[in-house]
Amino acid sequence: MSEVDPADVIARARSFAETELAPRAAEFDREERLPHDVVRRMADEGFLGASIPAKWGGLGLDPLAYGELTEVIGKACASTRALLTVHTSIVATTLLELASKRLKEKYLTALARGEKIGCFALSEENAGSDAAAVETTYTRKGDTFVLNGRKKWTSFAGIADLFLVIASDNGVTSAFVVERDMPGVETRPKSGFLGNRATHIAEVAFADVEVPAENLIAGIGAGFGFVVNTALLHGRYSIAWAGVALAQAALEEMCSYATRREQFGVKIGTQQLVQKMVADAVTNVAAARELCRRAGRFLAPRNADAAMETNIAKYFSSTIAQRATSDAVQVLGGNGCWSGYPAERLFREAKILEIIEGTSQLQQVMIADFGYKKYARKNQSQ
Amino acid sequence: MHDEAVVNMADVTVADYAANIRAYLRENMTAFKDVELDDEDNIFERGFFTSLFAMQLLHYVESTFDVEVPDDYIMLRNFSSVRRLADMVAELKRTAGE
Repeated sequence: MSEVDPADVIARARSFAETELAPRAAEFDREERLPHDVVRRMADEGFLGASIPAKWGGLGLDPLAYGELTEVIGKACASTRALLTVHTSIVATTLLELASKRLKEKYLTALARGEKIGCFALSEENAGSDAAAVETTYTRKGDTFVLNGRKKWTSFAGIADLFLVIASDNGVTSAFVVERDMPGVETRPKSGFLGNRATHIAEVAFADVEVPAENLIAGIGAGFGFVVNTALLHGRYSIAWAGVALAQAALEEMCSYATRREQFGVKIGTQQLVQKMVADAVTNVAAARELCRRAGRFLAPRNADAAMETNIAKYFSSTIAQRATSDAVQVLGGNGCWSGYPAERLFREAKILEIIEGTSQLQQVMIADFGYKKYARKNQSQ
Repeated sequence: MHDEAVVNMADVTVADYAANIRAYLRENMTAFKDVELDDEDNIFERGFFTSLFAMQLLHYVESTFDVEVPDDYIMLRNFSSVRRLADMVAELKRTAGE
């Protein structure tokens, strides 16, 4: 197999994003669906297996290159980027890191090539931030596990072939790969969301679904501590880059508008209060991108500090994305509140990032705990 | 004599693993509790860590001791105390022929 050049992958992604995604992103958002041709193209280009090693059918990009790819796609279309987050970062990467060789052979190559689409079935009515509280159950039955329960909203469940499902047996949480075609699996599309509208969100019900024992990921009881945390680590890394993408898009919108729009006989970009918003966006985008790269450098060798570095990047990036997109709406004024311009969509998409893959408040709790451990003086008499 | 030397060597190695693991856990324990950590303590059941820390421990074990933890070893029990972690590392090293 020929060596993949990351720069070539990024260039192809940029061309695809600018010519085919960005012009259609508003349509995807309005119609609340990602057309099949877009998913197919993402697969054919190899993007859906971008971070998966060539051995398993992927492009083998390192975390830094994969992050840049995420930014390029995310700047053009948040829902298409969400496919990378869910399918590639969360499902495929978690299988790569934790699944048995048998399970990888069964599913990973098909996922990396985009022949099958994966989704992450975690959230439930009573299990949001408290993900360990899942009420979907599993019980052992011979060579199978039997799953029962309901997942409230699962991105891409409407089109996915495979579900990475988190379930509990009297508090012992485990993770399974469930196929859509297994008897007892049902999905029901949901709509009406603030953002990520084209991500085919669906409710998923499992009624006595018999899953082969070999579809267990890692060991019994590894569901929360290992599988969920691995999935969310890679999900957060992707969301961190998604924040950079939206903030960059917002920055370009506000700069383009401010240098064109005239009020009171002058371009509004010459007003110092507008300049403040632009200056903050320029600075914050640069800072967020560097934090993402820093997290990527920790992720590459699976450094134990990668999780905290990723939390920091995700927290900062999603926060400044919300700020930059809000400022873009402000600079565009009435036009910023109208779907004829991208600013309002960017604003809606950015808010989502402060909630998914761990709310900003949960990130703050974890980052503060890290701060106390790292920075509290050991000798408190000082 | 030869057997005894081998056993001693192995003990020293496991003790080294345990010391490294103990230091790492202490460094990462909450700043608000001044507690004793025994090698047999279940760090999750005693509330020293939540299971969120398990994945970080997995990465720490693999990068620090240069081992690959097979998927069937990935369960909380193997990561729940200094002793269990050190024993697992020793076993993985043995399996790898080191």
